[in-house]
Amino acid sequence: MTQSPQTPESGAASDTAGAFLAGASLRHAAGPYFGKYGGRWMPESLIAALDELEDTFEKAKSDPEFIAQVAELNRNYSGRPSLLTEAKRFSEHAGGARVFLKREDLNHTGSHKINNVLGQALLAKRMGKTRIIAETGAGQHGVASATAAALLGLECVVYMGAEDTRRQALNVARMELLGATVVPVTAGSQTLKDAINEALRDWVANVQSTHYLLGTAAGAHPFPALVRYFHEVIGEEAREQIISQTGRLPDAVCACIGGGSNAIGIFHGFLDDPSVELYGFEAGGEGVETGRHAATITLGRPGVLHGARSYLMQDEDGQTIESHSISAGLDYPGVGPEHSYLADLGRAKYQPITDSEAMEAFRLLCRTEGIIPAIESSHALAGALKVGKSLTEGKADPKDVIIIVNLSGRGDKDVATAAEWFGLLDEKGPEAEIGAEGEQL
Amino acid sequence: MNFEIQSKSAAAIDRARAAGRAALVGYLPAGFPDAQATIDAAVALAENGADVIEIGVPYSDPVMDGQVIQAATVQSLANGFHVAQIFDIVAAITARCDAAVLVMTYWNPVMRMGVDEFSRRLAEAGGAGLITPDLIPDEAAEWFEASDKYGLDRVFLVAPSSSPERMAMTVKASRGFVYAVSIMGVTGARESVSDAAHRVVEAAHAAGAERVCVGLGVSRAEHVREIAAYAEGAIVGTALVAALGKDGVDGVAKLAAELRSGTPKN
Repeated sequence: MTQSPQTPESGAASDTAGAFLAGASLRHAAGPYFGKYGGRWMPESLIAALDELEDTFEKAKSDPEFIAQVAELNRNYSGRPSLLTEAKRFSEHAGGARVFLKREDLNHTGSHKINNVLGQALLAKRMGKTRIIAETGAGQHGVASATAAALLGLECVVYMGAEDTRRQALNVARMELLGATVVPVTAGSQTLKDAINEALRDWVANVQSTHYLLGTAAGAHPFPALVRYFHEVIGEEAREQIISQTGRLPDAVCACIGGGSNAIGIFHGFLDDPSVELYGFEAGGEGVETGRHAATITLGRPGVLHGARSYLMQDEDGQTIESHSISAGLDYPGVGPEHSYLADLGRAKYQPITDSEAMEAFRLLCRTEGIIPAIESSHALAGALKVGKSLTEGKADPKDVIIIVNLSGRGDKDVATAAEWFGLLDEKGPEAEIGAEGEQL
Repeated sequence: MNFEIQSKSAAAIDRARAAGRAALVGYLPAGFPDAQATIDAAVALAENGADVIEIGVPYSDPVMDGQVIQAATVQSLANGFHVAQIFDIVAAITARCDAAVLVMTYWNPVMRMGVDEFSRRLAEAGGAGLITPDLIPDEAAEWFEASDKYGLDRVFLVAPSSSPERMAMTVKASRGFVYAVSIMGVTGARESVSDAAHRVVEAAHAAGAERVCVGLGVSRAEHVREIAAYAEGAIVGTALVAALGKDGVDGVAKLAAELRSGTPKN
């Protein structure tokens, strides 16, 4: 007889689903399973490292010293709490609903990514590891990881698709300035997913000295729950701030979704407030009908990639399909397992936003609020415009509708892409060439 | 109910053992450089000394593979390989030789086809079972059911990092043999077989494994000879793929014969 292993459908997972139906809490889901998603679809060689990480994380969570360390860095290094800014002129375009921006763009390094990298780098030190590795697409997570490594005195190696290292030469320079080594990945499709593959290969070979600092709330257990934990602060702050500024909970919370770390962070604060609608906006690329998109939940089907069972863009053979988006940060064919679960439950709604819709919202925020958003976050802004129009329909006073948008990052890195998109550059100038290559300044 | 199922790979390893040698297990990726070459090379591998053949399913995200096997599987996919071809390839090989033929596959292609359907078609093709580099027993409920239903071997991996508890659990979950990963790393030829391999095999034996084969970094007859002293089999992948790429089927035949010379247990 063989042993009977735990199945995704048994044990804690189904308890969670049952609990949701019974109205119990969806917050702090511990993994490894989120409904039938999550788990550990990983080589045995890495299981011991995942166990060590899980154990270290569980102990750290209940260690006042660790909690104080994270809080201190959040406050005095990242600049938390991040502001909640009412976008009054932008709101006029959202059916007149009141739109509030959770300003993760104001964090050190310019996005929410810093929350997770500081937490994980602290865990790496607790495990006695001296080296961190990370994957990056456009370079945001790579820059954040290099930052945390510099701050905490860790060696840092960042894997990045070879094509991306050429397009994002300035982000490569940023990482190198911060002391990191950037390794161009020439394997496979030379994109973010291949950078993750290469980081995993490095991790298998160097697991004793090395922590893999995964950048999103995906991957094998405990990563989805762990990455969410360090981003929960976004939702907790936003919930307190909106109540303090308006006296009540919002009607909707909007976030963009690639792997889904900023979204799960802000959703977490509102998961148990049934009156708050949660919206995740995926990258619709050139339109979901064109096949060139990254709308994983909208059009994918469950499969396993990079350690977790979740929605996945895959072909009839189970081969991963290349994703496409103007936003490098959303250009990933997978998604975190907790989002797949929330989608199936219907607790959060996931919809695609095209490149064009995102860029229109990008320009609108620039011109109405004086804030240049990341193109990733612009997907959430575009979604909020739709949600605002729909929720205010038939309302006597549209200002009775309150929406929070997680402004997950600033758009300085996207200026060349945006200038190219809007034709702001001299066609013969060097900037136009840079923009055409997707360079991010 | 392992005892009711006639494990093809266990039988092949036992025949080698009865002849006083370790089993030789050889890996080739399906569709490299094309399906017919895979079949011809696998048959040449068996005719020149391999007891067990592993045919790999090319996959878009092979996290346990080094550059040589990655390059071969990328080429196979670029040439239009489809997962369903694996069954024709296995059937053609089993029709032409006596070696046990296992399929080595990352899990998503199996999950996409459906674990039951994949298993049924593999069994119909005469396949011995599956080696699953990114499926651990903890996640394998569907595979346990299907492999019992169709009488297929379940070859799970154990590693230098496996805890005693995981070693015991994985040995118990396996059928056919246990795949001992010789080092912490990915596939690829290496100068020598790591000392860790011996310890992993000892731990697997202590946990009750009757057949343990060592893979990763095994590329030469001297490596096979070293492993034959303490394990039931040696697994060679990258070196065979490189030989196939360089010298075609003849290159595979020549290397197989050489590797086989290292199998006698002294």
